[in-house]
Amino acid sequence: MILRIAARELKGLFLSPMAWSILAVVQFILAYLFLAQIDTYMQYAPQLAGMQDAPGVTDVVVAPLFGNAAVVLLLVAPLITMRVLSEEKRNRTLTLLMSAPVSMSEIVLGKYLGVLGFFAALLGLLALMPLSLFAGTSLDVGKLLSGLLGLSLLVGAFAAAGLYMSSLTEQPTIAAVSSFGLLLLLWIINWAGGSGEQASSVLSYLSLVQHYDSLLKGLFNSTDVAYYLLFILTFLVLSIQRLDANRLPH
Amino acid sequence: MGYTIISDRYRFTRTLSTSITNMTQEILIDAEHLYRFYGPNCAVQDVSFQLAKGDVLGFLGPNGAGKSSTMQMLTGNLAPSAGKIRVRGIDLLDAPKRAKHELGYLPEQPPLYREHTVDEFLTYCGHLHRVAGKDLRVAVDQAKQRCGLGAVGKRLIGNLSKGYQQRVGIAQAILHNPAVVILDEPTVGLDPIQIREIRALIRELGNEHGIILSTHILPEVQGVCNRVQIINRGRLVFSDTMKGLERHLHSQHLIVRLRNMPVASELQQLPGIVAVETLDDGRLRLRYEGASPAEALAETAVNKHWGLEELIPERRTLEQIFVELTMQDAHPDNPTDAAAHPTETEAA
Repeated sequence: MILRIAARELKGLFLSPMAWSILAVVQFILAYLFLAQIDTYMQYAPQLAGMQDAPGVTDVVVAPLFGNAAVVLLLVAPLITMRVLSEEKRNRTLTLLMSAPVSMSEIVLGKYLGVLGFFAALLGLLALMPLSLFAGTSLDVGKLLSGLLGLSLLVGAFAAAGLYMSSLTEQPTIAAVSSFGLLLLLWIINWAGGSGEQASSVLSYLSLVQHYDSLLKGLFNSTDVAYYLLFILTFLVLSIQRLDANRLPH
Repeated sequence: MGYTIISDRYRFTRTLSTSITNMTQEILIDAEHLYRFYGPNCAVQDVSFQLAKGDVLGFLGPNGAGKSSTMQMLTGNLAPSAGKIRVRGIDLLDAPKRAKHELGYLPEQPPLYREHTVDEFLTYCGHLHRVAGKDLRVAVDQAKQRCGLGAVGKRLIGNLSKGYQQRVGIAQAILHNPAVVILDEPTVGLDPIQIREIRALIRELGNEHGIILSTHILPEVQGVCNRVQIINRGRLVFSDTMKGLERHLHSQHLIVRLRNMPVASELQQLPGIVAVETLDDGRLRLRYEGASPAEALAETAVNKHWGLEELIPERRTLEQIFVELTMQDAHPDNPTDAAAHPTETEAA
C-alpha cells in the first residue's frame, strides 16, 4: 500500500514540469561545477604528482562536487517537498486517502518514499559524473560511496523536514519558505557560539553539515548515520501526528 | 394569510426512535450520540441514527447545519468529539481500516488528481481499497459504465467538464463495491439529463447498498430517497421514512372556488368540514377532519348550482416542512413564515 502511494506521488511529480525543470537546472549547475573542479585538478596535477600523500582525484573533484551538490539540494529540496501534503489539502484530495482503508503512517511513508524516488533519480544522475572519471583514471571507491551515502542521508533529511512543513499548511509556498528556513538554520547552526565550549558542541552536533563533512572525508561514523536516521524519523513521526491532528477536535 | 403550523410539528422530532424502517434488514451504519466541536462551537450535537441495507437516506439541512461534518465523521475524515460510529458492526474509531473498507465517500468537492487520466485515477483508488488484478479491471470497467464514463477513460481528469468530474467522483465512491455509499451533493454541476441518470444510478445502488445522500434539491429527496433526515444547527430535527413524510405532507384542507357563493354554514353542513375561511382572491379554504369531503362537496355543488370552478386538495411540500423546521429557531416569534401554497392541481 505504501508503495502504491509512493508510486502515485512519484508519477504525480513527473507529470508536472516542475520536477523536470528542477532536474535539468540542478544537473546543469552540477555539471558546470564538476567541469570546473576537473579543470582545477588538471591545473595542479603536475604539482600533486610530486607530493607525498597528495590528495587524489576523489578528494579534489568528487568531495567538493558533493559538497556543492548539498548546498544546491538545500535550495531545491523545499521546492519538491512543498506540494506533497499541502497541495493535497488544498485540492481536498487528501479526503481520498483519509476515507480509504489506509493508515496515516502509510500515507506519510508512501509520500516520503515517493519524494525519495525523485531524489534517487537526481542523485543517480549526479553519481554518473564521478563514475565517468573511471574512463580515464581510478577513484577511491570507498570515499565515493561514503560521500554518496552522506548525500543520500542528507537529502533524506531534507525531504523529511520538507514533508513535515508541507503537512502544516495549505499553501505550498509557505511550506517551501519555512522548510528552506528550517534547513538553512540547521545548516549554519554550528556557526553560533564559536567560543562557548558546551553550547557550541551541542549546536555543532545539531548541524546538518557537520555530520556530512566527515562522511565526505570518507570517515564512516555510525553517530553520523544515526543522526540522519533520527532526524528523518523525528520529522516523519511529526508529520503523522500532524495529519492525525487534522481529524481530531481541538 | 394566516396559516398556522399544525401541531404535529412536534411529533416530527419524536419519530426518531421509530424510524428504523425494517428491523430485519442488516444495519449498515449505527451512529450514536455524535458530537463535534470546533473550538467552542458545536457543529454537531447528539446526532443518532441508523442506516439499514436498502435505505436511501436523504440528509437535508441549511448551509452550515452540520451535514458535511456529520458525513465527514461517518467516513473517518473527522473524529467525533463524543459518540460512536459502527459500520456493519465494526467500530470506526477502533478499527478504522476494516470499517473504511465498507465505505465509499464522495465529498462536496470530488477528490480528483487532475493530472491523471480517468483510468489511472480509478485504478489507483482501487489499489487504495486493496482491489487488485482481474477484480480491479472488472471493478473499474463496471464503475465507468455505471457512471457513463466509458468514452473518457483515457482523458485527463483536469480537462473534463465539471459534470464529468463529478461522475468520476461518484465512480470512485462505488468502485470497491462498499456496503455504504455516502454522497455529499452528488448532482451539483450536472445537466438535467445527467441528474436523471445519476438519480437512477442512486436508486439502483440503493437495492444492494445503504446510501446517505445530502442535497439541497428537495424534489431529489422525494424522487430518490426512502428516508429523510433534516439537520438544523447540529441537531436532527426530523427523521422519518418517505411514507411517514407523506402523512405529514397531507394537510387537511381543500381549496375551492365557487361562482355562486353559498353561506358558510351551508358548507359546514357537509360531512367532515369544520372550518371555512375566505382567502384574499375569493377562494375558500375548507378544513376538514377524517376522510376528504371532496366528492360530497362536488356533488352538492352540482346539485345546488354553486358553479364549482376549482377544487384542490391542499398539500404541503417537503420544502415547507424544511422551512418550518429550520426557520423556527431563527424566527421564534414568527413561526408562520412558512405560508402554505396548494401545489397539486386536481380541478374537478
